[in-house]
Amino acid sequence: MSAATATAVNTDARIPLRSHLRHTGALVRRNLLWIRQDPESMFDALLMPIVFTLLFVYVFGGSIGQALGGGQDGYVQYVIPGMIAMMSMTLSQGVGTGFSQDFNSGVMDRFRSLPIGRGSVLFAKISVEIVRMLFATTVLMIVAVLVGFDINHWGGLFAAVGLATVFASSIMWVFLTLGVILKNAQSVQAMGFLVLFPLQFGSSIFAPTKSMPGWLQDFTDYNPLSTLADAARGLMVGGPVAHDLWVTLGWSVAITAVMAPVAIHKFRTKS
Amino acid sequence: MTRIDKNSSGGGNAVTVRGMVKHYGETKALDGVDLDVREGTVMGVLGPNGAGKTTLVRILSTLLAPDSGQATVAGYDVLRQPRQLRRVIGLTGQYASVDEKLPGWENLYMIGRLLDLPRKDARTRADELLERFSLTDAAKRPASTYSGGMRRRLDLAASMIGRPEVLFLDEPTTGLDPRTRKEVWTEVKAMVGEGVTVLLTTQYMEEAEQLASELTVVDRGKVIAGGAIDELKAKVGGRTLRVRPADPLHLRPLAAALDDLGITGLATTAVDAESGSVLVPILSDEQLTAVVGAVTAHSITISSITTELPSLDEVFLSLTGHRASAPQDSVPSETLEEVAV
Repeated sequence: MSAATATAVNTDARIPLRSHLRHTGALVRRNLLWIRQDPESMFDALLMPIVFTLLFVYVFGGSIGQALGGGQDGYVQYVIPGMIAMMSMTLSQGVGTGFSQDFNSGVMDRFRSLPIGRGSVLFAKISVEIVRMLFATTVLMIVAVLVGFDINHWGGLFAAVGLATVFASSIMWVFLTLGVILKNAQSVQAMGFLVLFPLQFGSSIFAPTKSMPGWLQDFTDYNPLSTLADAARGLMVGGPVAHDLWVTLGWSVAITAVMAPVAIHKFRTKS
Repeated sequence: MTRIDKNSSGGGNAVTVRGMVKHYGETKALDGVDLDVREGTVMGVLGPNGAGKTTLVRILSTLLAPDSGQATVAGYDVLRQPRQLRRVIGLTGQYASVDEKLPGWENLYMIGRLLDLPRKDARTRADELLERFSLTDAAKRPASTYSGGMRRRLDLAASMIGRPEVLFLDEPTTGLDPRTRKEVWTEVKAMVGEGVTVLLTTQYMEEAEQLASELTVVDRGKVIAGGAIDELKAKVGGRTLRVRPADPLHLRPLAAALDDLGITGLATTAVDAESGSVLVPILSDEQLTAVVGAVTAHSITISSITTELPSLDEVFLSLTGHRASAPQDSVPSETLEEVAV
């Protein structure tokens, strides 16, 4: 190949940013149409915040609240910011299962044989999942207010939701990778459960970590879900924020920096 | 917007494959395949399940990287220019690659947008193609409610949105009933009429005969024969005698009598119940004479006796030494029954 041809080829091969946005837009539209076509797929985003909030507040609220020194109302203030962290985590699993389904139908072959950036397919999936997450968070906040949560700082609330979104989108790269490498949606879900369950409960989301044994405290201290929950708590109800905020952001950046290239690579080379 | 690069391949070949190898552990899906498809023609790649057909299509459509070997499609190198290549191909996979949850129209519109058509053009193109593939009435229904044939037509329409130069059809009618299969054939023929180069994989002999002008026969990752369909048949050398008794009741006795001759050309004697005739594969004029003799000896009145080129099933058998392991619903063998003696 002559040098001239090589140059021409390279210019033509680059996908301009506007095209990337167009492709991502078309794929976002596709994923949103799925929701319209199949509204039941929103049930988890709708029901999970309701069921979990009611369970935790009314089952554990009394006793943990007493330990916290504020009764059930005190526990509501404690657990709702944690629920934001939990919700973002649980829903981010959806990108993996949805992705896995795409692979098992032929549609992913179609996408991969089109002249679009490989990232567009992944970005679109993440964008739609974030929409679902924000929907679930809205439901959560409505329930929260109904069970007695006081929104003192709207700014803090939005900042907490923003932080949860940033962290969740970094975790989504992990689930996208699982969605690409695991055989079917069930495995992705099972794997996701195994990862998420210890992370969610071995954290400060539902209860303060002070009473936990030392080894578990070590784990919870480094668990990004703890720092996310603590940061959200600080932002929404007051208290120290800076340390937890930076640790959470650090985790988000680190996870994205490692997992996004892995996901895109796995996606590109999947046969 | 990115401009479609002109086809820069020389020699009039839309697809060139050289020494293509792809192994999956011990399995040699492709074991040194060479292939040329001339522009504007339909190349049939014929082979049984597991012959490597799908692997070849996946490599040529950039979905899979080969272990070694080279290939160009419409002048673009499969490995080095995948993005340009994707712009000029259309792919219809073995399993309909449409989004089942989306309505037909939305599927086509989405692909139009992914191919950088402006919104208005993407809309018009979606409407046009739905009309052309007789799917306008089903435009708003999710593809999951479509019949098998409709889904396959939507898949074909999706491959045509970018006006591809080269179209890959990977077993486009596998799993379809005979009527729907003919529908799909009609559509493919129409597309070929528009000058698209088609690489078609199939395990149906009849499909290759219907659609392809040239044929490459693959078996276990290797090309075992290639050429124009008629040439291939001639190369194999055999003929098939079709003997039809005047009285349909004589069909079985006639078949038994001819089978007793023990003539085995490229296949064994068979009954074609649909046309009420016995098929005897022969290799020589002596065998033809023996058949006529046997008919006379049993004093069965026959209404016609014709010689035909062997079917592609027989071609495959003679080339590979084993029968093409086509599924039960393979078109030609469905009308044939082995003679029970």
